[in-house]
Amino acid sequence: MVLQPSLKNCLRLSCVLRTPKAGFRSTARGALIIQSVSNDVYQNLAVEDWIHDHMDLEKRQVLFLWRNSPAVVIGRHQNPWQECDLRLLRQKNIKLARRRSGGGTVYHDLGNINLTFFTTRKKYERMENLKLVVKALKALRPQLDIHVTDRYDILLDRHYKISGTAAKLGRTSAYHHCTLLCNADKFVLSSVLKSPYKGLKSNATPSVPASVKNLFDEDPSLTSEMLLDAIAKEYATQHQIDHHITLINPADETLLPGINNKTKELQTWEWVYGKTPKFSVSTCLNMAYKDSVLDVKVNMDVKHGRIEVCNIDLPEQWLPPALYSELVKSLTGSKFCPNETTTLVTTLLRVCPQDDELHSRWNLLCENMIMLM
Amino acid sequence: VCIHRVRSCSSIRVIKSKSVCVFDKSALKFSHQQRLFRTSAVSCGQIVQFKLSDIGEGITEVTVKEWYIKEGDSVSQFDSICEVQSDKASVTITSRYDGVIRKLHYSIDDIAFVGKPLVDIEIDASKGVASEEDVVETPPMSHEEHTHQEIKGHKTLATPAVRRLAMENNIKLSEVVGTGKDNRILKEDILNYLAKQTGAILPPSPKAEIVPPLPKSETVPTAPKDKALKIPVPVSRPIVFSGKDKTEPVTGFQKAMVKTMSAALKIPHFGYCDEIDLTQLVQLREELKPLAEVRGVKLSFMPFFIKAASLGLLQYPILNASLDENCKNVTYKASHNIGVAMDTEQGLIVPNVKNVQVCSVFDIAAELNRLQSLGSAGQLGTSDLTGGTFTLSNIGTIGGTYAKPVILPPEVAIGALGKIQVVPRFNGKGEVFRAQIMNVSWSADHRIIDGATMARFSNLWKSYVENPASMLLDLK
Repeated sequence: MVLQPSLKNCLRLSCVLRTPKAGFRSTARGALIIQSVSNDVYQNLAVEDWIHDHMDLEKRQVLFLWRNSPAVVIGRHQNPWQECDLRLLRQKNIKLARRRSGGGTVYHDLGNINLTFFTTRKKYERMENLKLVVKALKALRPQLDIHVTDRYDILLDRHYKISGTAAKLGRTSAYHHCTLLCNADKFVLSSVLKSPYKGLKSNATPSVPASVKNLFDEDPSLTSEMLLDAIAKEYATQHQIDHHITLINPADETLLPGINNKTKELQTWEWVYGKTPKFSVSTCLNMAYKDSVLDVKVNMDVKHGRIEVCNIDLPEQWLPPALYSELVKSLTGSKFCPNETTTLVTTLLRVCPQDDELHSRWNLLCENMIMLM
Repeated sequence: VCIHRVRSCSSIRVIKSKSVCVFDKSALKFSHQQRLFRTSAVSCGQIVQFKLSDIGEGITEVTVKEWYIKEGDSVSQFDSICEVQSDKASVTITSRYDGVIRKLHYSIDDIAFVGKPLVDIEIDASKGVASEEDVVETPPMSHEEHTHQEIKGHKTLATPAVRRLAMENNIKLSEVVGTGKDNRILKEDILNYLAKQTGAILPPSPKAEIVPPLPKSETVPTAPKDKALKIPVPVSRPIVFSGKDKTEPVTGFQKAMVKTMSAALKIPHFGYCDEIDLTQLVQLREELKPLAEVRGVKLSFMPFFIKAASLGLLQYPILNASLDENCKNVTYKASHNIGVAMDTEQGLIVPNVKNVQVCSVFDIAAELNRLQSLGSAGQLGTSDLTGGTFTLSNIGTIGGTYAKPVILPPEVAIGALGKIQVVPRFNGKGEVFRAQIMNVSWSADHRIIDGATMARFSNLWKSYVENPASMLLDLK
């Protein structure tokens, strides 16, 4: 196995960092607990991919602990336009990632911890994992009112969601990951997960909104470290291994050969936006021009993140027909992306008659179109 | 040892959803041996209904979300066929067989049932040893097919070539540690195993093709007839190039470039180049940089170049003009909206600084900072990208000296700035001194601009830039 020699090195490294005397043999029995030193959502998702693709989970299951700097993570088959406020994300520099597992959209920041349970496909069992988490939390704070629902959520006080679940199954291996809200920024969470979109028709998996609460709201004495530790301890107990967390660096190509390619792939536009199932946009632009307001109906079909069909219902001769058809022709096949569209439309302006009136109409229309993306 | 017959079939696991499985075969025969290999899927194979296997947790239905293959595509065992979703779990269904997809039983968003047929696969009439493979080592782009063989009840994955190598050397595959994907045994694993056993790496079978040695290939000692004489003979694999031409439509930024440049082609360009001594400016910038930083602005050379250009345009306004399509009218633009060519991940964009004629060097620097950060974040607005009247391109930050820039319509002139080099020059007294030299290359529309005008503008710009203090006289 490719991992083995390098994992031994990693374990030796971790031995130096955490428990100097622990030999790797004792930790390498039955299960392994690892924690990422990175807060980059793409790197951490890449680690999940890597373990899923390369590790033999027959002999040893894995628990992976990770946290991310602010990011919105959508499920494999979701539509980012439908799930979150993309403009707000871009403004606040919050990353957008698409994970490979199914399920709904979540907001991550350092106040949220992520747990991934890796097993063989046969041993895939979500309920067991969540019960483990609840047991760990209750051992830490017995007074917490938490339980697992049949939708694989963990609720606090019967009402507030503190954890959501998703899973990925491959040919031989599988993973179940879940979030755990410790001290996340609820204000940003609710504003960023609200899509301003109207008129979007899609078969993408919709998210089910829920009221959320932080564990810290319930008990301010808790910290993320305590929670991670408690969960790791419970996992270690249940798998009869040492309570020993191995740190891994998701940028380490020697430890995880091929990881940087996986990280890059997760960041490509083709993956994040291009994997959106086909959808259509049907809306009306209200453009204030001079002294009147124009109602312009727009219909677009977007497939693989690119505009397949584009119809803009402008008043006749508002734009010269030749220019209008140039616009539609340029947009067709182009990414449903504000940056790309801005470049295209501003370039088109270079090669059309230099008329101020025309330019201001053009800019108005294009800016409104770009707002849709 | 290896009969090199290359057949590449792209992996079904799709990275870009647009890619399809291309069944592309090229047979390269290197061996002297006449071996018959099947090249195509025989059409009269057996059609098997591949049923959706158990997902676990008692799930009986899933939704089909994405197909990775289509009817008519070839698949190999373990290739990804589709992605289905069930209750927050996304499942990759992989093929159990080698063959050709004959029918998809569901469309996207349909509900599929566990235990019911998912796809119909036509299996090759004689499966097993028959499929050819492309032997390892090629970079991740290449695609391998492996046959799955049971050896003494212990399943090992290895290509026929690897198995042959093992057989020739009397090695039990079950004793070899596989380092490939899914514990597949690679040629290296056999060689490593042998090396450990005998302390030397044995050569492949003598019947193998003698290939002309490549200079940098691995060298393998020959089978010692005479053990004392170990002459390394490079055993090289014929270079297997599995790359294919890739055609994709021109979209987005490239499309924009095509439009702009096609229009620019209509403009008769002429060029004018010169050498600028930036020694004084370099010193001035060093002094002013910390002052600007205190005010939160990063000061490069561009603000000086831009301001100097605007001062020059005040004297030669025709360079800040626009010619209409019929070349009947020239419009002298009042605003100096000077564009700055910016290289981003996606390509070339040219945002402009508006009304440079009323901006100070500091204002220009601040505006450039704003445009640069928006540009790298991909968030420039339409107003930033339209309305330009004159452009400067600082290609020197990447490299180069002289250039032949292309005018961006509807403008009539453009300047390209090369990199700053430290070279020896003579001063007024005939002494050699250390000069910081940059080259500038102007292009202008010869329909309305003549060489003399361009030259005079360039001289004026040069004098401002070489002697920055002189800008003070003309600043408004």
